[in-house]
Amino acid sequence: MIKKRLVLRFPPDLIDQPITYQLVKEYDLMVNILQGTVTPHEEGRLVVEIGGERKAVEKGLAYLSRLGVELQPLARDVHWHPAKCTHCTVCVPLCPTRAFTVSRENMTVSFDKNRCIACELCVRACPYKAIEILF
Amino acid sequence: MAKTYVQINEKIAKGEAVVVTAEEMTEIVAAEGAKKAAQEVDVVTTGTFGPMCSSGVFLNLGQIKPRMKFEKAWLSGVPAYAGMAAVDVYIGATELPDDDPRNKVFPGAFEYGGGHVIEDLVSGKPVRLRGIAYGTDCYPRREIEKTVTIRDVPEAILTNPRNAYQNYNVAVNKSDKVIYTYMGILQPHMGNANYCSAGQLSPLLNDPFYRTIGVGTRIFLGGTQGYVWSAGTQHNPGVARTEKGLPKTPAATLAVTGNLKEMSPEWVRGASLTGYGATLALGIGVPIPILDEEMAAYTAVRDEDICVQVVDYSRDYPQGRNKVLGFVNYRQLRDGKITVEGKEVPTGGLSSYARAKDITNLLKQMIKEGKFFLSEPVAQLPGAKA
Ligand code: SF4
Ligand code: SF4
Repeated sequence: MIKKRLVLRFPPDLIDQPITYQLVKEYDLMVNILQGTVTPHEEGRLVVEIGGERKAVEKGLAYLSRLGVELQPLARDVHWHPAKCTHCTVCVPLCPTRAFTVSRENMTVSFDKNRCIACELCVRACPYKAIEILF
Repeated sequence: MAKTYVQINEKIAKGEAVVVTAEEMTEIVAAEGAKKAAQEVDVVTTGTFGPMCSSGVFLNLGQIKPRMKFEKAWLSGVPAYAGMAAVDVYIGATELPDDDPRNKVFPGAFEYGGGHVIEDLVSGKPVRLRGIAYGTDCYPRREIEKTVTIRDVPEAILTNPRNAYQNYNVAVNKSDKVIYTYMGILQPHMGNANYCSAGQLSPLLNDPFYRTIGVGTRIFLGGTQGYVWSAGTQHNPGVARTEKGLPKTPAATLAVTGNLKEMSPEWVRGASLTGYGATLALGIGVPIPILDEEMAAYTAVRDEDICVQVVDYSRDYPQGRNKVLGFVNYRQLRDGKITVEGKEVPTGGLSSYARAKDITNLLKQMIKEGKFFLSEPVAQLPGAKA
């Protein structure tokens, strides 16, 4: 059993196709959608975690490539340094997956790494270099 | 019955002063009313922590043999102003190294600037000093290059012409591309809204008519005790106010000073604003004496009472147009979303409420332990209520 995190980009003609359904049914894969955006007249973008037997994952990804879906692995690791963080919250509204959240009671920020899709939006936004990308 | 500064300081000296934070005062007044609260409470502590660009440090670098009068100086590559007496220089928070690429590759990262030099100094880290001079009979030396730490320099005085703004703006971006501002990164089509004030904890919002904050007020500055030395630049008390007297737009400001040698890197942080520049984030706290019922009522200010204007930083702000998209309050901002022109917009802060709250608690502790006394202003700020 392996797991892969990927960014999938769909050309407009594929947006209404039941692709994730096919992955589950035909390739016996677990598909966890971490984030999705579809902009009208543009491409669709899905961030997914795909899990299953190694062979099945390979076949599933080959199927996506054949259809014209662009695949990009999410290999980078985002680190939050609590000691450097001032809890300003400026990164919070920028995060598309709500990996940064604020406890409204005391206004402190916390980071849920499992939600992070390494889009890097927050990295530039942090004035104190408290968020770092590790390659 | 009204209290005086002297009476409050006597209580502090005896360890009997009742000191509460601005948050606590709000609850006390809500529960007991301003009159009773004024009898019980002696001091309310306020605080703010955020980027304060109009900051900098006067350094006296100490004379060298043979003597030198600096014409130009750099600290870790960041230019410091040397147009003063021999070895005095001023390092400003937003100054950048000569070789920083700025926004040539947009948006610039501004990794290191004056604010970072100041943080390095406060942290006791070595800083590279370079200086040049034309040489005179009394100051013959023409150049110097050496490493200094804050311990080596005779004086380092943080001296800021504009800090602790009384209220500010909320910034949004109505254009269709990302913009990079001193209010942070703003996503197109009002994708986010950034604010920069500690709201109900903010010093000048707890004393809206500057009855107690004036020239000479002793404050918490960067971890030590500092002073207000003047109204800050752009001090503008005459703006529109709410029924409770709270300014609806940026109003008063403070010019402050303190000994950098006594400060702590926890409260003096270099900061980088992508696409904008470098700056310094600073922690400031002001104790407010509860002289009477009116001061008790002022310090009971709540986030929901403080209204703040929403401004488009893609067109209106840069073009200098005074257009306001609407008003929201700090309760909504801190709760994480506001509505602007019918659209729900998630919010982010540049000023840290959590750190501001830490300052209110720290200052409260200092006063309770008899380590911090209040000072009566020697002169009032322009626009102050007598
Ligand atoms: S990189 Fe930052 S903004 Fe992007 S998903 Fe991770 S935490 Fe959120
Ligand atoms: S932007 Fe940086 S300092 Fe501010 S809350 Fe996020 S991680 Fe912390």
